[in-house]
Amino acid sequence: MADDKKVAVLGVGMHPWGKWGRNFVEYGLTAARAALADAGLEWRDVGFVSGADTIRNGYPGYVAGATFAQALGWTGARVASSYAACASGATAVAAARAQILAGLCDVALVVGADTTPKGFFAPVGGDRKDDPDWLRFHLLGATNPTYFALYARRRMELFGATENDFAAVKVKNARHGVANPNARYRAEVTTDEVLASPMVADPLRLLEICATSDGGAALVLSSTDFARRHAGAAGLVTIPAVSTVTPRFPQTVIEMPNFATDSAVAADGGPGSGFRRSIAHAAYEEAGISPEDVDVAEVYDLSSALELDWYEDIGLCKEGEAERLLRDGDTAVGGRIPVNPSGGLSCFGEAIPAQAIAQVCELVWQLRGQADGRQVEGARVGVTANQGLFGHGSSVIVSK
Amino acid sequence: MAPTKSAIPAVDGWFTTGGSPTLMGSRCRTCGTYAFPRETYFCRNPECDSQEFEDVPLSRRGKIWSYTDARYQPPLPYRAADPYEPFCIAAVELAAEKMVVMGQVIPGVSVDDLSIGTEVELVTDVLYEDDDHQYLVWKWRPVSSDDHSGDAHG
Repeated sequence: MADDKKVAVLGVGMHPWGKWGRNFVEYGLTAARAALADAGLEWRDVGFVSGADTIRNGYPGYVAGATFAQALGWTGARVASSYAACASGATAVAAARAQILAGLCDVALVVGADTTPKGFFAPVGGDRKDDPDWLRFHLLGATNPTYFALYARRRMELFGATENDFAAVKVKNARHGVANPNARYRAEVTTDEVLASPMVADPLRLLEICATSDGGAALVLSSTDFARRHAGAAGLVTIPAVSTVTPRFPQTVIEMPNFATDSAVAADGGPGSGFRRSIAHAAYEEAGISPEDVDVAEVYDLSSALELDWYEDIGLCKEGEAERLLRDGDTAVGGRIPVNPSGGLSCFGEAIPAQAIAQVCELVWQLRGQADGRQVEGARVGVTANQGLFGHGSSVIVSK
Repeated sequence: MAPTKSAIPAVDGWFTTGGSPTLMGSRCRTCGTYAFPRETYFCRNPECDSQEFEDVPLSRRGKIWSYTDARYQPPLPYRAADPYEPFCIAAVELAAEKMVVMGQVIPGVSVDDLSIGTEVELVTDVLYEDDDHQYLVWKWRPVSSDDHSGDAHG
């Protein structure tokens, strides 16, 4: 991996996920302080603060970088705030990494936190008849699980996925999450319990769709030079690649919150359905590695079925082989290539701007050998994968 | 006698009403790329720099790409009937346009009646109503050999 593309991860921290109902700033601050303590650094050592935004908590959420900087105490640090829906956290990581690689700062703090309402995510208020997100609720009654279910039904049709497969993903992730002190749901479930939970959007059931949660996550990143001086070279965990790619035209898979796909008439033979696949592969290419090098993955299981799509999209197996990987136990902790050892969104529920950062926190703990009760033995390379609405790719490689 | 409510589209210019309703899309005058809803600024094909589009009716029939249903009442701004009745949603592949378009499926159809590849046809139906109007939206209806009407509520 190219050394000039690496930044070091000196510290990670989280506020546990839950439905705490408190101000999101509190979660962000708790995570930031934990990450600074983990790094052995002070807030005043931070030259750049990179906030991942929330759109559900008013202006403080839109300018999250400044909100967290103010709450930690103004120091004059440079700041950025990133919104990219579910990919906000990775975008904030990318901003911090670019600052460090450009030599503009030595140490950066990345923070994301959210306080979420109960139930289905709804569009933000007001009559907005030119906003596709407002219109898809108004005209179609299409919630987020609607789109997850469309993909799940395709898997059943194309690859023979079954209800039991979708349930088995939930059972696996629930087992992983039991040992994670930051997870919101920490209880094992059985296949029968999953299959007995109410159908929400056929074929997806309540226990197969991720909840919305409160939580916060933070990273302290630095140049590798700074890290070697500060902490020594031994066991240094780095980020050699961050992918924030967009799709390539024509995007022929229906995406939230759109009413239609691109039309492929003028670009036949184009990349078509390749967006999700391109996300992690751009990160692999940047890091100079291949999927075979990966020991552990954290992917965005907005639904249990979607986790299976990610197995293929991040290159753990060929298209149509994800069910076999799951059934063989390859993706459970102790298997060949564990996926979502943290418990995933299945055990966390989504705290949007914090989630992609939390994925990186988990990989860092895994690579340091600190993931008690869910440790992937000998993990040296991990990948995260995620997608922000229709066009924000999000994938981070973590290695040591 | 109560006056008859007039039926109007729930969104302006996205579809036509009447006996054979169609979705109204756009087609780029240079590269032929379709868009729904209509594109009016710049063509989305990165190889094309056109800003000229014509309004075109989209194919009334297509095949189901995937489908699901909504067992729980969606939040506002969806205006659900009281009591709530679950409905299906389908993403439908239009062959000529080489694109997939979402829509609700007409009432009375369950996921058990649908499969990927099922042929469907565009109709209009009531989305919700208030004191003055019925508000119409497009919906997909599975094609059956004995039914050619385009108006599910009429």
